[in-house]
Amino acid sequence: MKGTEAFQELLPLLGDEPVIHANGYICRESFSLKDREANFYMIGSMGLASSIGLGVALCKPEQKVIVLDGDGNVLMAMGTLAMIAAEAPKNLVHVVIDNEVYESTGRQRSISNAVALEKVAKSSGYRQAMRVDNREEIKPAFEKLMNSEGPGFLLIKVDPCFDPKTGRVTHTPEEITERFMRSVTGS
Amino acid sequence: MSSLTSQVFIDRLIRENFKFFTGVPCSLLSGLISYLEEVEEAKYIPSVREDAAVGLCAGAYLSGSLPVLLMQNSGLGYCLNAFTSLNLIYRIPVLVIMSWRGQGGKDAPEHIIMGDINQKLLETAGMDYAILKPDNCDQVLATAMRKINEEKLPYTLLVEKGLFDERH
Repeated sequence: MKGTEAFQELLPLLGDEPVIHANGYICRESFSLKDREANFYMIGSMGLASSIGLGVALCKPEQKVIVLDGDGNVLMAMGTLAMIAAEAPKNLVHVVIDNEVYESTGRQRSISNAVALEKVAKSSGYRQAMRVDNREEIKPAFEKLMNSEGPGFLLIKVDPCFDPKTGRVTHTPEEITERFMRSVTGS
Repeated sequence: MSSLTSQVFIDRLIRENFKFFTGVPCSLLSGLISYLEEVEEAKYIPSVREDAAVGLCAGAYLSGSLPVLLMQNSGLGYCLNAFTSLNLIYRIPVLVIMSWRGQGGKDAPEHIIMGDINQKLLETAGMDYAILKPDNCDQVLATAMRKINEEKLPYTLLVEKGLFDERH
């Protein structure tokens, strides 16, 4: 499955949940396919999507919160997997698009070909951790995690396919903050 | 013993509506964290790295809470990218309580360089700060609240050795 196909499969499954996006390819692909007010696009601060998502999940316990992460980001902040497991927010679903490369910087290899991130999440203490390799597995796996107590982890293995011509997020960082907060807090 | 005890200071922050605390410990902040673990009105979440704590605070702020990040100045290096590429450009404020190890060159070797440059680093990054003293709490908190609520930017309070009671 190509990375784009994973997004095409996943994005229609979203309702109004806040989705914290990791920087780079994740942001740009998701933004170009479907922009949402409840999307927080992290343009820098690599590694922090998961901790931002944890903060949102802890402060909005009645709201399902999704982190849309990449393998490079997860590897940079593996300690945050432990924090998520320790705080154990029932409302957090952590989705990782794993293409085994740093795609937006020119496909330099990451090391996730050698490290089973779903096993790291599971042994850290996530309530559930799943891995899917095929497009048709995404919907049932995501829905299962969304309908279960979290924290849940979904690793989606994909092939790199990013077109460098894909646009960057056009909202300014301040606009991203304002609309995300409006969406999450209603003010 | 300073009149600004850990309890007085944390209670003061809670009255300012700071209820979400996280960080990585320092002995100079041990009294604060110890009291935070006791009070019901506030939540303290142990972070594994200071930059993860910055992310956690950002998430809390984006969800309508006012966050506080406690850390040693040694964590400032880890956080600079998060401050510059997240907080400062997205206008995501956070109150940072940063212990000042290595102040005046009197400390263990690992603290000397950062103790000498932490103010310069904050200034270079465009991050306003104040040195918290036993008698300036009201004043620096008023400045911090203005920075956070009006400019929506981070504000740092530097904590010198001996300001707060330590728990060992």
